[in-house]
Amino acid sequence: MAATPLQTQTVDLAARFPSAVSVDARNGYTGWLVEKDKLLEIARSIKEELGYDLLTSVTGVDYLPEEKMEVVYHAYKTTGGPGLIFKVQVPRQDPIEIPSVTPLWPGVDFQEREIWDLLGIKFTGHPDLRRILLWEGFAGHPLRKDWKEGFYEEDAKPFKSRWPEGNYVSSEEKNPYKDNLSFPKNFDPEKWIPEGEAALYGALARYTETDEQGIKSDRIVVNMGPQHPSTHGVFRAVVTVEGETILSLKPVVGYLHRNHEKIGERNTFLLNMPYTDRLDYFNSMSNNFGYALAVEKLMNIPVAERADYIRIIMAELSRVQNHLVLVGMLLNDLGAMYTPALYIFEERELILDIFEAVSGSRMMCNYFRFGGVARDIPEDVLQKIKDLVFKRLPAKTDEMDRFLSENEVLVSRLKGIPVIDGPSAVQYSITGPVLRAAGIPYDIRRADPYGIYDRFEFDVAMRTHGDLMDNYLIRLDEIRQSIRILEQAVSKIPSGPINSQKPQYQVRVPAGEAYGRIEAPKGELGYYVISNGKPNPWRYHVRAPSFINITGLEKMCVGKKIADFIAILGVLDIVLGELDR
Amino acid sequence: MTNENLNSPGYEIPAEMSNLVAITTLDRLYNWGRRSSVWPLMFGLACCAIEMIVAQTARYDLARFGMEVMRPTPRQSDLMIVSGTVTKKMIPAIVRLYNQMPEPKYVVAMGACASGGGPFKEGYNVVAGVDKFLPVDIYIPGCPPTPQALIAGLIKLQQKIDKESIRTVRWYRKGPDSVNIPIPILGPDLIDPRRNAELRQISSGIETDKV
Ligand code: SF4
Repeated sequence: MAATPLQTQTVDLAARFPSAVSVDARNGYTGWLVEKDKLLEIARSIKEELGYDLLTSVTGVDYLPEEKMEVVYHAYKTTGGPGLIFKVQVPRQDPIEIPSVTPLWPGVDFQEREIWDLLGIKFTGHPDLRRILLWEGFAGHPLRKDWKEGFYEEDAKPFKSRWPEGNYVSSEEKNPYKDNLSFPKNFDPEKWIPEGEAALYGALARYTETDEQGIKSDRIVVNMGPQHPSTHGVFRAVVTVEGETILSLKPVVGYLHRNHEKIGERNTFLLNMPYTDRLDYFNSMSNNFGYALAVEKLMNIPVAERADYIRIIMAELSRVQNHLVLVGMLLNDLGAMYTPALYIFEERELILDIFEAVSGSRMMCNYFRFGGVARDIPEDVLQKIKDLVFKRLPAKTDEMDRFLSENEVLVSRLKGIPVIDGPSAVQYSITGPVLRAAGIPYDIRRADPYGIYDRFEFDVAMRTHGDLMDNYLIRLDEIRQSIRILEQAVSKIPSGPINSQKPQYQVRVPAGEAYGRIEAPKGELGYYVISNGKPNPWRYHVRAPSFINITGLEKMCVGKKIADFIAILGVLDIVLGELDR
Repeated sequence: MTNENLNSPGYEIPAEMSNLVAITTLDRLYNWGRRSSVWPLMFGLACCAIEMIVAQTARYDLARFGMEVMRPTPRQSDLMIVSGTVTKKMIPAIVRLYNQMPEPKYVVAMGACASGGGPFKEGYNVVAGVDKFLPVDIYIPGCPPTPQALIAGLIKLQQKIDKESIRTVRWYRKGPDSVNIPIPILGPDLIDPRRNAELRQISSGIETDKV
């Protein structure tokens, strides 16, 4: 398969490092294979000399048949343009070790921990290599292809026990424990000593301090979450505080780790579409979009013209709704309990009504298909969208702006409290509104356009201070820009078919790899999909903006007050479904 | 005395006092108070939690049923709406929260995930239904259930409360603590302390050692 234009290589790494780099010549693959020992050196040159400053995605792949493990890096320039993909391959023999690139890009910290957790690849030189999504003591690394879960039945769906006969089988009956469990042979639960969280607390800096007179004083460690009203779900942060000032902070995640990727690798390509809905459950439309892009790249198929417009309309409505909710929830966190949130939920309901009208479901839309969308927009719904876009939403946004943005309490809580500065944000691989509020106008819709975004007129919203206030205001800016795009899209939408392909349950996906990325409301949402020609993806990885944006959380919070941490978490706009996957 | 007798006192109120005196049973009074102010724990697990929040907002207005007071602390709440996927990593915390709630306490499993694992049932980190650990009163189907469905489920809960009697509810019984649940342990997989003997026995019988 020919490389699709977006992935065309622009730099010849092999010419620069003839002995250490070779072209990835596998069928359907692009990028460069880098020698493990030279990784750091080459990565430094990619970052500093070639200017690929934003390392967005790092993930591992288990090539079991070839007895290899691979780590894939996707680097981009914040000035825009296509990315650079480089990979390291190592033999699949424990211990599998690869040098960590955290010294160059601290933003890969959590991603490398995730790879260690799920695939068992050790990163030498990583400052704090603990499990991240599962707990210490868990048996095995679940994303390895030879690791089987308790309810394992077959490597790929549809399972023969149920299809095509349509039988019903309960997975409990097949498991010896009659439950979703698997234990090593001769396991004695009473003798098990849980590892607990010593490693976590050990990672917190400055736990005990000794002053000049030799008096030891303990810093207080506060656990926030996983059940806490302001953490937006089951997020947990362990904070060392002195008074109210944060000295050190470690996010603890994985409380909603529902094995999206393992399940995704058993599913057929199309079966994954409804699962993507449940990643960032506020924006199922955007999630569908990214996944559809990745698979369309692999299949090399066009998208129907009308569907292209529908996609943009849905993605932008979703963004408006997401940012509205963010503002409402942020105000909730700041203490303006419920009133602003009640107002914004009123608008959100109107947008959800549209989603329900076109897809049949309010939140879990499952609306995109490879090559188009599932259903057409009926005329009356289009009229409803027009009413919203031209009349109601702009007025309501202005109203919100008028009521909130100059409110004294809001201003004093938000203004001048830095979140992160531009260069550090890039280092920490932060994307989305948080990056743009720090003065870096990086928006994938412009930097590396997908869909038909290049046909619309809009500005990339940008603010320069990078404080909480800017993070709040940029959401309003983006709502306005989205409405601008929507106005053009609903006026120009052509008629015609809504899918370039015949509707089908099973799509044929040629072997190869693809990385589809979109500017989701929370940042860069990427899907890294590998097909080996079978009906199921060999590897299915989600680069979730929420997950990667919190890598810099400790840096953002140290030295600030606990109350600021709540607000920072509010503007980071995390969603646990996507963070933990 | 049977429950029937307890619930129909059998006293006639003289006509001249009928506006001043009401005679009822302890059960009815008790249930009426309970059902009209069920305070849910402010506790969201996953996607379903968003619909739970939406049920509180103006369009659906859960306040009509006395359930708008979401309490972030378990110590003040009567109802745990398990709104989302229950994972193995989270279940110790959920059980702990449940144990911390004062009686009477009710559990609603909202959505496919909480009821039985839902779309993620096969996942290695997913508990296939919160009822493996907590006694669930009401199951609400849906993925996610619409706010209307949630409200319908909560009305069902109210009907269930109406039928309760202080003589039979779990939490006023004698004997071993029937309300507290042992906290699961995170081992190589999730360990339910109530099943220790069973786990040991089965694991000695399995053929293969897991990687
Ligand atoms: S039932 Fe559906 S909507 Fe609810 S938590 Fe599970 S996946 Fe999410």
